[in-house]
Amino acid sequence: MYLKLYVGQMTLAMQPQTNHSYFDLPRLMSLMTGDEKHSSAATSTLDVIWTLYNRVLDVDPGRTTDPLRDRFLLSKGHGPMAYYAVLAAKGFVPAATLATFAAYDSPLGHHPDATLIPGVEIGSGSLGHGMPLAVGLALGLRAQSNPARLFCLIGDGELDEGSNHEAIAIAARRHLDTLTTIVIDNQSASQGWPGGIQSRFAVEGWATTRVNGRDHDDIARALQLPHEGRPLAVVAQTESRGT
Amino acid sequence: METMRQRFSDVTKDLLDTDTRIAVALADIGAGSFDQNANPDRVINLGIREQLLIGVTAGMALSGLRPIAHSYTPFLIERPFEQIKLDLSHQGLGAILVSIGASYDAASVGRTHQSPGDVALLGTLPGWTIHVPGHPDEAETMLRQAASTDDTVYIRLAEDTNTQAYPTTGRFAEIRTGSAHGATVIAVGPMLDRVLAATEHLDVTVLYTATVRPFDAAGLLDAVRGPDVVLVEPYLEGTSAAEVAKALRGQPHRLLSVGVPNIEHRHYGTRHHHAAAHGLDVPGLRATIDEFIALQVDSR
Repeated sequence: MYLKLYVGQMTLAMQPQTNHSYFDLPRLMSLMTGDEKHSSAATSTLDVIWTLYNRVLDVDPGRTTDPLRDRFLLSKGHGPMAYYAVLAAKGFVPAATLATFAAYDSPLGHHPDATLIPGVEIGSGSLGHGMPLAVGLALGLRAQSNPARLFCLIGDGELDEGSNHEAIAIAARRHLDTLTTIVIDNQSASQGWPGGIQSRFAVEGWATTRVNGRDHDDIARALQLPHEGRPLAVVAQTESRGT
Repeated sequence: METMRQRFSDVTKDLLDTDTRIAVALADIGAGSFDQNANPDRVINLGIREQLLIGVTAGMALSGLRPIAHSYTPFLIERPFEQIKLDLSHQGLGAILVSIGASYDAASVGRTHQSPGDVALLGTLPGWTIHVPGHPDEAETMLRQAASTDDTVYIRLAEDTNTQAYPTTGRFAEIRTGSAHGATVIAVGPMLDRVLAATEHLDVTVLYTATVRPFDAAGLLDAVRGPDVVLVEPYLEGTSAAEVAKALRGQPHRLLSVGVPNIEHRHYGTRHHHAAAHGLDVPGLRATIDEFIALQVDSR
């Protein structure tokens, strides 16, 4: 529903580039893809990442090395156009750079490289690496009495990787309440998750909730739920992959 | 005699108490050696979760800490190798990995706990410093030096130790000097004492290093005498052969690589049995090196 909404309003995206809105994102993505319309797979993360940067994260392009900034770790690094578009909309990456997407000398590859892009906290693309990194980062920040929050985005297919389950267990055992994991559920796990994705987190002691992954108010509310003493998992439902 | 493992534990405790950047990540193995109540936020036992061990280590580095990850060699290097490649190397993050078990210290439990290929495997990644200490004093110096940097450093501890420690400069030390035409024998880490005993009767120069990456190519080129070069490593045979060949590319030479053969060795016993089986005890080394030096090379 939300996908159709923004695609339908693409032609309205005429705002100045210095003050991008959500409705600029399709045009920014078009700089990378050359297409005016994008599949739901390419945009499954779009509304969550936009809402994070627009309404939740305490970070801006002038504070990409501030120790106290909130951290966003995109573990689902495959299909990063939505992420790059949001980074451009928020001023971390010049919009013109988007047009270099995946060119030999571009900082913007099909998988993000944190050493090449300001504001990107981790490189990703191989599945199942973001959550363990986030747990280590949360433990490290805690050891330094740093209260910064962490938001790690993974996919429901990515959740197949066993490394996530090692991280899920320890995040709860260590009461990492600065950590929120968002699972984009576009039903791409080929073997499914009987009993639901939330149950994998809940059994370990995480706070969990499920939201419409296209509804910005719903997403923002969930990402700001109190979860003292334990990490939070937000399962964000989007259209099935390929629809 | 004090083991490298005991020294590692003592030095790490000291580092934890004196440097608030130091953190230790464990996967049950070694957890009994560290008081997790003394520094509860910086000594983290993750249970038997080795992918997480490296991911968490990298995350701690990302937070600004200087993490040390420790486990048995196969579970530190082989099982989570992709995490080492991506979470550390590719992210540009540093850490200290300290293994125990070496190639076959756990002889009696078989292949599952043996890792003769660890140095070769880690050697496929750029930028790693790989230490193979031959003495607890060397291990201590390496650990303290690594703790003061943000580099990617691997320290491979072993049960076998030499009687004497040498300076850990990363450069070759000339332990015995032969004639201008004699062979050059390179002994890595815990192989030194056995190499010295095995070559007592020969006119050879014996070089020692406990650091194989980066490889001291200039030092080898300076020290090498005649055309015969023998490389004796305590892990997979030939692991540093390409480094030797590159160092000596402008110089006619022939190389014998000695190490653990690349085989499934389905025997138990002790590490001494395995050393003997692989020709890495004194009689084995003597026979292999004698045979190599006696070879008549057809120079046509």
